[in-house]
Amino acid sequence: MTRRSRYVTWAGLLLLFGAILWLLPIDLGQLDWQSALAADETTTDAATESDGAAEANGAAESPYAPAPKTTAADYPQIAGVNSRVVVWLVAQLHLWFAAFVLAVPIFVFIIEAIGMATREKRYDDMAYEFIKVSITAYSLTAILGGLLAFSLLVFYPDLFLYLSTIFKETMFYYALIFFAESACLYIYYYGWHWLQGPFKKWLHLSLGLLLNGVGTLLMFLANGWLTFMMSPAGVDPAGVFQGDTMVALHNYLWNPINLHRFVANIAYGGSVVGAYAAFKFLSARRAEERAHYDWMGYNANFIAICALLPLPFAGYYLSAEIYAYSQQMGITLMGGIFAWLFIIQAVLIGTLFLSANYYLWCGMGRSDGAVRYNHYIKYIAIVLVGAFLVWFTPHTLVLSNEELKALGGPYHKYLGPLGIMPAKNTAVNVMILFTALSFLIYRRANRVATANWVRMGNAIQVALFTTGIANIFFLGIYHGYFTNTVYKVAASIPQVLTTLVVIVISTLIDYFMYRGAKDVAPLHWGRVPGRSQYALFLLAVAFTWLMGLMGYIRSGIRQHWHVVDIMRDNSPDAFTPTLGYAANVVSVGTVIFMTMVIFVFWLAQVSGSKAEPSGYWKEQQA
Amino acid sequence: MKNFLIVVAFSLLTISLFAVYANYGIPEIVPAPPPKEEKLDLGAMTMESFVALGERIVNGKGTCTLCHNAVGGRAPLLEQVVELTKQRLADEKYEGEAEDLEGYLMESMVEPSAYVVVGFGKKGTNDTVSPMPDVSTGSIGLSEAEMAAVIAYLQESGGAEITVEIPTDADEADEEDEEEQRTALTSPEEIVSEFTCGACHIVAGEEGDVGPDLTLIGGKFDRAYLRRSILDPNADIAKGYEADQMPPDYGSQLYASELELLLDYLASLK
Repeated sequence: MTRRSRYVTWAGLLLLFGAILWLLPIDLGQLDWQSALAADETTTDAATESDGAAEANGAAESPYAPAPKTTAADYPQIAGVNSRVVVWLVAQLHLWFAAFVLAVPIFVFIIEAIGMATREKRYDDMAYEFIKVSITAYSLTAILGGLLAFSLLVFYPDLFLYLSTIFKETMFYYALIFFAESACLYIYYYGWHWLQGPFKKWLHLSLGLLLNGVGTLLMFLANGWLTFMMSPAGVDPAGVFQGDTMVALHNYLWNPINLHRFVANIAYGGSVVGAYAAFKFLSARRAEERAHYDWMGYNANFIAICALLPLPFAGYYLSAEIYAYSQQMGITLMGGIFAWLFIIQAVLIGTLFLSANYYLWCGMGRSDGAVRYNHYIKYIAIVLVGAFLVWFTPHTLVLSNEELKALGGPYHKYLGPLGIMPAKNTAVNVMILFTALSFLIYRRANRVATANWVRMGNAIQVALFTTGIANIFFLGIYHGYFTNTVYKVAASIPQVLTTLVVIVISTLIDYFMYRGAKDVAPLHWGRVPGRSQYALFLLAVAFTWLMGLMGYIRSGIRQHWHVVDIMRDNSPDAFTPTLGYAANVVSVGTVIFMTMVIFVFWLAQVSGSKAEPSGYWKEQQA
Repeated sequence: MKNFLIVVAFSLLTISLFAVYANYGIPEIVPAPPPKEEKLDLGAMTMESFVALGERIVNGKGTCTLCHNAVGGRAPLLEQVVELTKQRLADEKYEGEAEDLEGYLMESMVEPSAYVVVGFGKKGTNDTVSPMPDVSTGSIGLSEAEMAAVIAYLQESGGAEITVEIPTDADEADEEDEEEQRTALTSPEEIVSEFTCGACHIVAGEEGDVGPDLTLIGGKFDRAYLRRSILDPNADIAKGYEADQMPPDYGSQLYASELELLLDYLASLK
């Protein structure tokens, strides 16, 4: 196959994939446009009347019913079963697995492409091992998805019916796309060794792209349903559906959640696969095995960190959009009962950053040249811990009357100023920058640059980091302490941009400076202490727990509404549970998930084992 | 197998540490229960209790102070509204139809974008669109009577003459008819929580300071006194407290079984 025909094939597949992605929403829109027209015809006259009357007429004449007004009796109960906790756990388990199986194909695709570009088979083997781990998880995701649908039907039938009325077309497409994803995944996985060779490998890679496109589309559809519950669109104030599914799907918080989940899934998938590699590393008996799984763990951690760095920015964007959609919801999120949750979140994200950095520092033991940089690590550690402590500092303290009097108010004289958002934004940006610095140091550890502008390159990098950090501090201090409250968060975007500029430019400089660099000695894969692998476990556990906690807050800010302002939750469990209660549910969920993940890992392991029982099978006659 | 067990133990330990921290490392705050429609006995209300109702709505169901407070600075301070209304109505930016304070306050609640105070508009709208929702709809959903009570409270607290009239029960009748029968509560904690006793009293872990401390109330008074205090709160006013602070209609709001449960509970506080 010539290079030209390969490009043509590749371009054709990309076009085909793009066309599928493009046409599907249009088709959906057309379906709904027709029903929207029908709805318009019935409501046009009413629209000329007074608002209240128009709504009433619209509700009466629309083919769609208003959102149901439920009572406690509309929520079926099963003795001894807490319906909310059941749905909560099943939904969360489904989400964890879904995040994992959506993320793995993304980086499998990238690793396979790297393997094709470098022609190093070890990348191809690693990509195959990653997808092998996710294949069983895929079945579990589907089973849990079905269980979630059943749980909703059993315990929240009115809500499910209402959402199904609005999203019936997308639910139908969801089922079809799920078949498409299954087909892509199974051909991609089972055809891995079959589709090898110049043309077939390209075909296989294209299948990987298609698999990712279809998987992402599935996630976007499901995201539309849940964000509709947070920021409903396409319905009137009584909840009467106006007929356009795309409007309901493309509600205010759809894209912010899409972006946040896409990035978070990659980080999460990397962390779970990292835990798999860590477990295999610890169980390995041969040096080659240890080297292989060390390398695999490093790559998984690298993927997790790469996605973890932009994740706080996606989080800012989502929070800002929540504020923009509803100031009340935003304040409930950041200033009400959930404010303390962000302190727990800070602890967890601090854990993620510290464990990811610790793993990198331990990994420097693989290199004989790392000794040149080891003394910097303690300073990076001090900065990371300091930033973590600032992020973790609460603003308002919950105090007794006596304590309040003794302190002179709810804010501590010194700690209070560190509790506000600009201080936390400053801290997290510093953490991200120093994590990037850790990575740059790790990358350099085993190499000696040969470029003749190394001194200048280093100076530019130092200047970049210094001015970047100074700018982040200036923005944080100025907006945090010298402006009106409304403008306090204004520092976040320029701070984020500063961080991104510093990371991108310094990485580019590093890339060019170390192009053609000499290795100090071959890297000793497998020469890392066993404790470094526990950093990978910590990363996976903390990530899982954190996702569960953030799921609670995302759902919790709806408070006593199934669909905000449209359909009230009148079930006996309509109250917001305490953080402690939520933490316990999340912990139980994490234990269940981890148990299932261990089962998945075990399956991946036994699928490669082969026993030869002597004397069990009849000898074949010649 | 040994590695497997170590990994499992490590993971369980990590999860336990997170759970312990979330349970004991941060203050355990019990979120307020979902708001319930307060049954208004408008016929029995004096203007003072109507103003007090307005204050409760501003600080509670109306969620006004979530944004209208000096700390957050996300919305104009309500304390200044009486003083500034004339100026706002005369402002060329004003797009409403109100002609006086009462009209302006009502308009601000149901049509907040009619006048947006400089610096408090939605981002990117050049202060033409208010981020405030229409309080008569959605999750806040104030009734006409409740909005009138808010106006009365704002007028009173701003030193202006109260111009609103207390709506009659007939005005609210339709709304009340739509209310569904609630199920009788079966524990004193639920009753205390449902009827927000802790908003004014120190009771069941709540620390309200409008009414007397109930921590040891069972040791001081007998059941008959406690019953009278609930059914007719102005019959005996504790020293240092004012009359007309407690809603007089708990007798009609509470089921008999709930009243007895509550009395048992209060009598046990010794």
